[in-house]
Amino acid sequence: MAKEYGEVQLFGVGGSPYARRVRIALEMKGVQYTYFEEDLRNKSDLLLKYNPVHKKVPVLVHNGKPLAESLVILEYIDDTWGNHPILPQQPYDRALAQFWSRFIDDKCLPAITKAAFTANKEERDNSAEESLEALQFLENELKHKFFGGETIGLVDIAAGFIAFWLPAIEEAVGLKLLSCEKFPKLHKWGQEFTNHPVVKENLPPRDKLVGFFKARYASITASK
Amino acid sequence: MAEEVVLLDFHPSMFGMRVRIALAEKGVKYVHKEENLRNKSPLLLQSNPIHKKIPVLIHNGKPICESLNIVQYIDEFWTDKAPLLPSDPYQRAEARFWADFIDKKVDEAGKGIWASKVDQHEMAKKELKESLKKLEEVLGDKPYFGGDKFGFLDVALIPFHQWFFSYETVGSFKLDCPKLTAWAKRCVERESVSKSLASEKYIYEFVLGHRKVSELD
Repeated sequence: MAKEYGEVQLFGVGGSPYARRVRIALEMKGVQYTYFEEDLRNKSDLLLKYNPVHKKVPVLVHNGKPLAESLVILEYIDDTWGNHPILPQQPYDRALAQFWSRFIDDKCLPAITKAAFTANKEERDNSAEESLEALQFLENELKHKFFGGETIGLVDIAAGFIAFWLPAIEEAVGLKLLSCEKFPKLHKWGQEFTNHPVVKENLPPRDKLVGFFKARYASITASK
Repeated sequence: MAEEVVLLDFHPSMFGMRVRIALAEKGVKYVHKEENLRNKSPLLLQSNPIHKKIPVLIHNGKPICESLNIVQYIDEFWTDKAPLLPSDPYQRAEARFWADFIDKKVDEAGKGIWASKVDQHEMAKKELKESLKKLEEVLGDKPYFGGDKFGFLDVALIPFHQWFFSYETVGSFKLDCPKLTAWAKRCVERESVSKSLASEKYIYEFVLGHRKVSELD
């Protein structure tokens, strides 16, 4: 029986981990959608109309109604299309999943980004410390194959940055955070995640990503 | 089954107030523990080892952290009365989006005034005014952000309204948001809200104390 999806559009950018999260969720649920690649230096009128508050990607538009902020979008997708749930059923487990996905966005990702892309060495070192602490919390939290258990869930999708973008950043700037000696579970999880059949199809080309990060690093260190 | 519900809290905290309101809306009995944030209890450090912050709801020994998570949890667990989140997925997502906006924009801008030196105030005041204007647009002519019913987004924002007096006094300016003022009056008529909010005076005393200790003036 064909599922009634309505009209689903996604505005994103190829290299954005946040946009990729939404694509993974939609693909996992088999939702048909139209993808629009944005140029962030020249944002489309549609993007500005659909996300006037933050003017960012990703934006999901479902039957003409827009939503922004990737974690909000992921929960909406799960609420709307019930197959392959990405959030747990029980309220306590749901609260934990929401807590960890926020932790990834509010603590982990900013620390990692600062550890790589700050001109000031002291700030970089402090952020590297913070990143290692954050990764340790995640390492301790990982009790199964995935954060979601035997299948990928909200936290895995949110943590995709660590599985794919972080190694690319590490290569581009000569940083080492996610070592398999320090974080054996997380390291293994990263490999499982990136090899997951749906995720594999929804990652940007690695060499392009490394190139992008190299350029970003060069512009920061050059402006010192 | 006897539920054991404990709230680790701090009276002037807008985040703590959110949880108090949600628990009151649902008629949940709980044990309230006031934390001294300069000397955090072992229970707090053990229940929220990552952020070490209040509020923390401990339900039958299991801790839940982050105020919006807690409010959502309360809504999902105690379902017999006062639904806070809308039942429609899109409206639910909108409520979450704007609650996140409050945490990212209103709180940050507010901190840029009450917890910052005077030279940082100009930028923060501008951002705060803009953010509140956007929220007034979201409210529109509805009695509550939740529509006809008091809901999640109302719970998320009303504690911040108690802080407006402190923002205005520390920042020496007036927040011109008549729609929010009218909305706040409506919210405070609810017993769950009025008995959960810290008074403007109490909050201001806390802010003054903090500014003194942190040598911000």
